[in-house]
Amino acid sequence: MRIALRLIPGLWLALLVAAPLALVGVMALSWQAEGVPPYSPPWAGEGTNPENLRLLAEDPYYRDSLGQSLLVAALTAALCLLLAIPMGIAIARAGKWRNALLGAVLLPFWTGFLIRIGAWIGLLRDEGWINAIIRGLGWTDQPLHLLYTHGAMLVGMVHAYLPFAVLPLFAAATRLDPLLEQAAEDLGATPGRAFLTITLPQLLPALAAAFLLVFIPAAGEYVIPELLGPPNATLVGRVLFQEFFQSRDWPVASALAVALLVLLIGPIILFQRLGRAA
Amino acid sequence: MTPRWLRAALWAGLAFLWLPVALLVAYAFSADPVPFRWGGFSLRWFSALAGNDRLLEAAWLSLRIAAGAATLAVLLGGATGWVLARHGPFAGRAALGALAGAPLVLPEVVTGLSLLLAFVALEAAIGWPAGRGALTVLLAHATLGTAYVAVVVQSRLASRDRDLEEAAQDLGASPAAAFLTVTLPLMLPALAAGWLLAFTLSLDDVVLASFTSGPAGTTLPVALFSMLRLGMTPEVNALATLLLAAAGLALALIGLLLRRGD
Amino acid sequence: MTARLSLRGLTRRFGSVAALDGVSLDVPAGEFLALLGGSGSGKSTLLRVVAGFEVADSGTVHLDGTDLSGVPPHRRPVNMMFQSYALFPHMTVAANIAYGLRREGRPRAEIADRVAQAVAMLRLEGMEARRPHALSGGQRQRVALARALVKRPRLLLLDEPLGALDANLRERTGFELRAIQRESGAALIMVTHDQAEALALADRVAVMDHGRLVQQGAPREVYDRPATRFVAEFLGAANVLEGRRTPDGALECPAAACTLRPAAPLPEGVTAVALRPERIRLAPAKDDNSAAGTVAEAAFRGESSLLLIRLAGGALLRVSHAEEDGAPPERGTPVRVGWDADAVVPLHG
Repeated sequence: MRIALRLIPGLWLALLVAAPLALVGVMALSWQAEGVPPYSPPWAGEGTNPENLRLLAEDPYYRDSLGQSLLVAALTAALCLLLAIPMGIAIARAGKWRNALLGAVLLPFWTGFLIRIGAWIGLLRDEGWINAIIRGLGWTDQPLHLLYTHGAMLVGMVHAYLPFAVLPLFAAATRLDPLLEQAAEDLGATPGRAFLTITLPQLLPALAAAFLLVFIPAAGEYVIPELLGPPNATLVGRVLFQEFFQSRDWPVASALAVALLVLLIGPIILFQRLGRAA
Repeated sequence: MTPRWLRAALWAGLAFLWLPVALLVAYAFSADPVPFRWGGFSLRWFSALAGNDRLLEAAWLSLRIAAGAATLAVLLGGATGWVLARHGPFAGRAALGALAGAPLVLPEVVTGLSLLLAFVALEAAIGWPAGRGALTVLLAHATLGTAYVAVVVQSRLASRDRDLEEAAQDLGASPAAAFLTVTLPLMLPALAAGWLLAFTLSLDDVVLASFTSGPAGTTLPVALFSMLRLGMTPEVNALATLLLAAAGLALALIGLLLRRGD
Repeated sequence: MTARLSLRGLTRRFGSVAALDGVSLDVPAGEFLALLGGSGSGKSTLLRVVAGFEVADSGTVHLDGTDLSGVPPHRRPVNMMFQSYALFPHMTVAANIAYGLRREGRPRAEIADRVAQAVAMLRLEGMEARRPHALSGGQRQRVALARALVKRPRLLLLDEPLGALDANLRERTGFELRAIQRESGAALIMVTHDQAEALALADRVAVMDHGRLVQQGAPREVYDRPATRFVAEFLGAANVLEGRRTPDGALECPAAACTLRPAAPLPEGVTAVALRPERIRLAPAKDDNSAAGTVAEAAFRGESSLLLIRLAGGALLRVSHAEEDGAPPERGTPVRVGWDADAVVPLHG
């Protein structure tokens, strides 16, 4: 019984987590082919195919997609932190309102992110709410093109991932001793200095965790760039979808997945270390 | 006590999070066919929604997939979490922990692609699962859900002393009886919360479903995604409002369950 | 007559650390034994081996002559009260107490009866329907005790039973514990790191250090005649003086600049003796068992004062000065201290 309870989930996860990942690696070394499925594996006679991975390194289109993804993910994570640091601390210090405020931050996570992106589409489009306000104020007659820009994409990403960033910072902030800041002020630090020299350093591990918690999933994001971003925001998630569904080039799509994983493996390990330390 | 700038930032953040959603809900009741333009109170978009068979079908399919995936996830993830928290060291424990944690940190495009490749390979090898559709989406969502449930259950059990199970045995309960009368009731809130979490994840997923569904199994999020690609319609507003109401209800339930368990 | 619990040569290693190192111990029926030791001394491991949660690498556990090795915890007629109390959070007080009887498959009426008795015995009336989180620390402790006692175990194991209580409640609960144990007649082993608690409550004290049983005996005996330096320092912070044994069985101690002469000659090889602070008087005795020094520090402690006296040889001696003997000398006062021959206790190891 005890053994069965270990074996059944173990087998499931081996079959649907470990084996699939291994297949992605194999596929990255396979050849695109006519047929269903549209590839021929390394053992079908042609040997391993180094071209897919080489293509990623040499073709600026793919290289840039990876670079852009990391940049957008880092920007998203940084913007999230900027909001999440004061929010996490303020909620931790909110006394009896703490749980209600935390709920208010986390609730959007449960409301489905497609809906929230839909809301932004409605707000940002040419005849949308924000343009209506701008027109109403008489600033301009021409609608501003807000939707399908890098700005819109970032706003959507920050909106989607902000709750992830608030959570670890809130948790760390509740463990802070509020007397430490008072001690610093007693020793002559201004409130701002006390915050910078006492509170912030203690939040560093949580800051790193919050950054990575946003950065890792954001790097592979597909839906938000697709719905809010400009056509030239060719992030790796979008390129992977294109290669897979439009070009039906499974090997190149897999090579992109492998490259993304390789780039994220460091952050993932770091994140798990931080999680264990906390 | 709390500096003013902290409080200002908190309210700004909350407004940023909630204002778009609040406007979306408000304008779902607007009669105007242009979304986000007020044309008087109306429920016409809700009734339009009720006549949209394609969406209703997708919604019904999604609910069934989510319920099935969440149930599977609770069984597999519950066992995994319990084994990781309570079985002590055993051969393969590290591997099980890593596999259970992997879906939590992998980008969803990678998970989606890898699962599709696995389903294709499985079909080629043993003829099952035949083609892609609701079943493969369910298996994909169950796998993702398993990882989440395992984490929730494991951390719930880790926060509880092993003393409780030992006390039960000390008082004469066989290991099986101790599990049924003490461990399982302790896990129950986590299992229930995990079920709802897995259910919500399944109802919110576009990427895994896009990879694993094929033309046959269009789920609600996939349908909503293709609608949003063409822009916003008041019908989407109405649908979003309904989904929000459902999510709020589910969350209230989770909160209640977790509070009762403490 | 066989003892109720009989341990022989118990050894349990965790890696290279021996949590139990050849422990042999007998507990007769009806006895209240305190197992005393610091953290990591192995006292909790001993309890867990008896309860069946740890398996000894070697050695035996017999209960009323029956070998318990291979008997799983739930089949042992032994009940344990956990340090955390381990009350089931999802059950009421009554359900917690009834849990063990339900597992025995007792008839409903008998369970209700015995639970009611236990509730009355531990003064938990009116709490039956509450959940553990709605109880105070003292009430939780009593529920945990009731839950273990209601099974009428032949041996009751208590792991730091008073540890989670505040000082006020500790004393009162300790006396209640002893009364309940007398009433129930069960043999009882209480693990504690608090020497005052052990000395006050137990019929017999067993002191553990580094997995070994270093001394056992009646509380007064262990206190008055500590066998080793560890016991002397752990129980009541005795002065330990080292020196060289003279041919006629006294101890020449350069640090105290005096010779300590016990009532009976020191055994061969003994190089240290213990001297209890309360056995030292501020008055010269005979030439031996007397030393000169200066008061280095004086601390008022209510019914007595603690004096630290710097002896001529450099040793710092703790002396307890009773209030009824008048005001203690000021800091810096030169004094002579003395003690009776039977206050000098030889230490082994």
